[in-house]
Amino acid sequence: MQQRTPIEEQIDLPFVESLRISFQSLKIRFGRSIITTAGITLGIAFLVSVWTNNEIGIALQESGRQSTINTFEETAEAGISTKDIWLIIMSLIVCVVGIANSMLMAVTERFREIGTMKCLGALDGFVVRLFLLESGFQGFSGALIGALIGTLGAVLLGLKDYGLDLFFYFPLLPASPEDGPMQLGVIVIILLGCILGMILAVIGSSFPAWRAAKLPPAEAMRTEV
Amino acid sequence: MADIVVKTEDVVKEYRMGSNILRALDGINIEINRGEYISLMGPSGSGKSTLFNMIGALDRPTEGRVYIDGQNMSQLSQKQIAAFRCHRVGYIFQSYNLLHVRSAHGNVTLPMIFAGISEKQRNEKAEKLLDMVGLGDRMYHLPDELSGGQRQRVAIARALANDPSIILADEPTANLDTITGREIIDLIKRLNLEQGVTVISATHDLKMLDVSDRIVDIRDGLVERIRNRDEIEIEVGEVGGEGE
Ligand SMILES: Nc1ncnc2c1ncn2[C@@H]1O[C@H](COP(=O)(O)OP(=O)(O)OP(=O)(O)O)[C@@H](O)[C@H]1O
Ligand SMILES: [Mg+2]
Repeated sequence: MQQRTPIEEQIDLPFVESLRISFQSLKIRFGRSIITTAGITLGIAFLVSVWTNNEIGIALQESGRQSTINTFEETAEAGISTKDIWLIIMSLIVCVVGIANSMLMAVTERFREIGTMKCLGALDGFVVRLFLLESGFQGFSGALIGALIGTLGAVLLGLKDYGLDLFFYFPLLPASPEDGPMQLGVIVIILLGCILGMILAVIGSSFPAWRAAKLPPAEAMRTEV
Repeated sequence: MADIVVKTEDVVKEYRMGSNILRALDGINIEINRGEYISLMGPSGSGKSTLFNMIGALDRPTEGRVYIDGQNMSQLSQKQIAAFRCHRVGYIFQSYNLLHVRSAHGNVTLPMIFAGISEKQRNEKAEKLLDMVGLGDRMYHLPDELSGGQRQRVAIARALANDPSIILADEPTANLDTITGREIIDLIKRLNLEQGVTVISATHDLKMLDVSDRIVDIRDGLVERIRNRDEIEIEVGEVGGEGE
């Protein structure tokens, strides 16, 4: 064994390179990316609409207006009723499970790709960073669209329930009236929805991606989907 | 003394499935010389792919050691293993394993991106390699738009991107028809002769026999025998005769 050239260490890729690869991957996988993103959009749209709808209800009751549907007695002093809390929690769960599931699916069908990239010299960290970038972008754009759709839905529902009064008392900004429950306001809800969607997407994809990246390539490449 | 590139010492690989332990490799000892064309042959399930994975650092042996260029692979850090896969070995698989989101050209440049080669250089190199494998006019096609033989050519070009000293091929012709398979074998053999690349190939394909310098027969996770080229040629005749 003459040629004992020591094996050097693999270099870390510059960030731009990762960014380029991840965007290219999103672009070519566009159809599939849309489906994954739609999962996020749906989850966040549901959550935001339920939440916003609830805030609209509170805001209008605060103002003393009556819903055309609910009688005053039913809802007036209740603020957030247990039913509403339950609804919000449910929608939160649906949203978390839905997003985690669509990200998990999206990563699982790419195990082979992860194994292949490692054969070509990718470091585990690079693989994780790639998924972080892709899912962060998907998460943010999906959640933003979802939050806007959700808000629109809640506004339409509010219009049906309260008519044009809705716009006079629209809970746009946070408020904490002395005699009522604290309100976040629609802007904050949209923001929270975006952040939540992005965090869930990033966790939902980079955790399985990290697990796949840790596997020896032979095992990662064995998985058939 | 011959220049040994790959050496395995009592390599054992066990797969654990529930309470069962399957011993896929049961103590493999082989030495492969630089510049050799070696075929690993054996029935399905005999452990060829498992051994391929051990030699290519795609999986870790349960026991025993693999030395490449005299370096004990189990002593390498994660970053060194990545560099090893990137620079020293080119992998070719039965199912091509191209990244389907990247064009032929994009697949060939990826290992060079990992190696930190400049964009200009890697584009030139990718074009040169794709030309060499006969895909000069298909460079920007996605793998889905290529035939099996063309995909395997892309895989070969990609395997050569960082001038590896070893080509590991796991049944590279298994999904191809006879003629295309022959072309792929000739291409690999040409690299072996012209560039002195060591080729280690697992195969069922009898066409591989007459280009091999040695054939390692694997059975039940053990080396059954090792045949030299001169012993092989007679047998190819026999096998050919039997086939007709
Ligand atoms: N990841 C794994 N988990 C469990 N068993 C495995 C795994 N990989 C391989 N085996 C088993 O190890 C044995 C050897 O498999 P291997 O893939 O090395 O065979 P092979 O010689 O390449 O066969 P073929 O010619 O069909 O490709 C087989 O019995 C197989 O079922
Ligand atoms: Mg095999």
